[in-house]
Amino acid sequence: MKNALVQLEQVVFKYDGQEQNAVDSVSFDIYEGEWLAIVGHNGSGKSSLAKLLNGLLYPQSGRITVQGQNLSEETVWGVRRQIGMVFQNPDNQFVGTTVQDDVAFGLENAGIPREEMLLRVDDALKRVNMDSFLNQEPHHLSGGQKQRVAIAGVLALRPSIIILDESTSMLDPKGREEVLGTVRDLMKERGITVVSITHDLEEASRADRMIVMNQGSLYKEGTPRDIFKLEEELVTLGLDIPFPIKLSALLQQRGVRLTGSHLTDKELVNDLCKLISTM
Amino acid sequence: MMDKMIFGRYVPVESPMHRMDPRAKLLMVFIFVFIIFLANNIPTYVLAAAFTFIILRLSNIPARFLIGGLKPVFYLILFTFLLHIFFTKEGNLLFKWSFIEVYEDGLRQGIFISLRFALLILITSILTLTTTPISITDGLETLFNPLKKWKLPIHELALMMSISLRFIPTLMEETDKIMKAQAARGTEFSSGPIKNRIKAIVPLLIPLFVSSFKRAEELATAMESRGYRGGEGRTKYRLLEWEGTDTVLIAAIGVMTVLLFILRA
Repeated sequence: MKNALVQLEQVVFKYDGQEQNAVDSVSFDIYEGEWLAIVGHNGSGKSSLAKLLNGLLYPQSGRITVQGQNLSEETVWGVRRQIGMVFQNPDNQFVGTTVQDDVAFGLENAGIPREEMLLRVDDALKRVNMDSFLNQEPHHLSGGQKQRVAIAGVLALRPSIIILDESTSMLDPKGREEVLGTVRDLMKERGITVVSITHDLEEASRADRMIVMNQGSLYKEGTPRDIFKLEEELVTLGLDIPFPIKLSALLQQRGVRLTGSHLTDKELVNDLCKLISTM
Repeated sequence: MMDKMIFGRYVPVESPMHRMDPRAKLLMVFIFVFIIFLANNIPTYVLAAAFTFIILRLSNIPARFLIGGLKPVFYLILFTFLLHIFFTKEGNLLFKWSFIEVYEDGLRQGIFISLRFALLILITSILTLTTTPISITDGLETLFNPLKKWKLPIHELALMMSISLRFIPTLMEETDKIMKAQAARGTEFSSGPIKNRIKAIVPLLIPLFVSSFKRAEELATAMESRGYRGGEGRTKYRLLEWEGTDTVLIAAIGVMTVLLFILRA
């Protein structure tokens, strides 16, 4: 049932002039239709991993296979059409002078005929709810809107995977909700696989599966519920545990009769209400 | 501040000139700049002025924008005018007051040269007032496209231009932010002796440069990940449409050229 779209086997990568491997023999699979979160503190190798997946960097050893195709300099352009990337800084990935030009940029590169481009730009912008901003210039948009345009730009190329490389870290809470909500809808509607690379565990807690990176190697893999059971271990890795999980743990320490961990505010509030009504 | 400086130049109103193909406008301006030098007597100058006037009327640009465009060069025009009046000593003496002598040819030359100046400025500002910077870039790219045969990187130059245009507001915002940050740390940008003020530019420029390089690198990565690999095999989203009116404009400037050749002294 689980179909591996991307497979990493013993991938090793080292930056020039550095002694330690940025990515140290990492192996895992990315399955079709899942939301995979890769977390880790700064310098844990998670961003290098994203660049390896997109062929922006090449591993020194090991293999990366995308849909059965070995990622190499010959196949990289095909792979980039399969894997779209949204970066951290909303401004520094906006190439076009207007919203529609920016969405069209990737299509122009792919040599898509103009008639088809018009349809795809329209469709992609509708999908991210930015179709009323067609001729807007980037400096009139908010960060969240710019990131949604970036998602539309990726979407127009019809990729099977979208990588969010710290895409929400420069946004305010409202912008973050906009972007994550959009991505969640896309997953449901188009069955797109999402890999989100982040140090925000709140964001990661919504994923189907999580990978924790530490000092270049894969530290732990599992569902968010499993990973958050580690608690103290995560803190020593430099990661901040989401508020509802922390609160629920502290309440339990104080003798409040809650059971299990709570990933979201909603879960915690529901359980607390249940508890009060039975008192 | 920034809206006035760069984008304030384009006036977004509806007009026949606005609708024209940027290539037609560019060609027209280019030819006009050359043929204005053919004018050398009253009929030819009247003709050139009439042509400019018709173009202005077709552009629907409010007069204050045109006057605003002429203002910076007003003193230059005045200066050339006076230069010709005082230093051309041919033809009949019209006027004498102590050492100042004004001759007929001087007056004529003065008027002609200032008029030529003003017409040039007006026609070129019509181009920027009725065409968005990005359309001008598109127009230039297609006009210069044949030069690719001689290995000139036309696509790359056009892309550079459009990316620069896109980043101007972003960098302006950044400059503003850095200025505030440095002012908060005690840098004086607008007062004190001139030497100090020039020195104050350094802590503004260095962070700006550093961040621009960082931006450039990130932009290059983003472009590459979106499949950019040069102009080869690329299609274009923006479409330039050459219409009947564009041909008319080019025909008009052609007729102008012929008429100027016939009428010039």
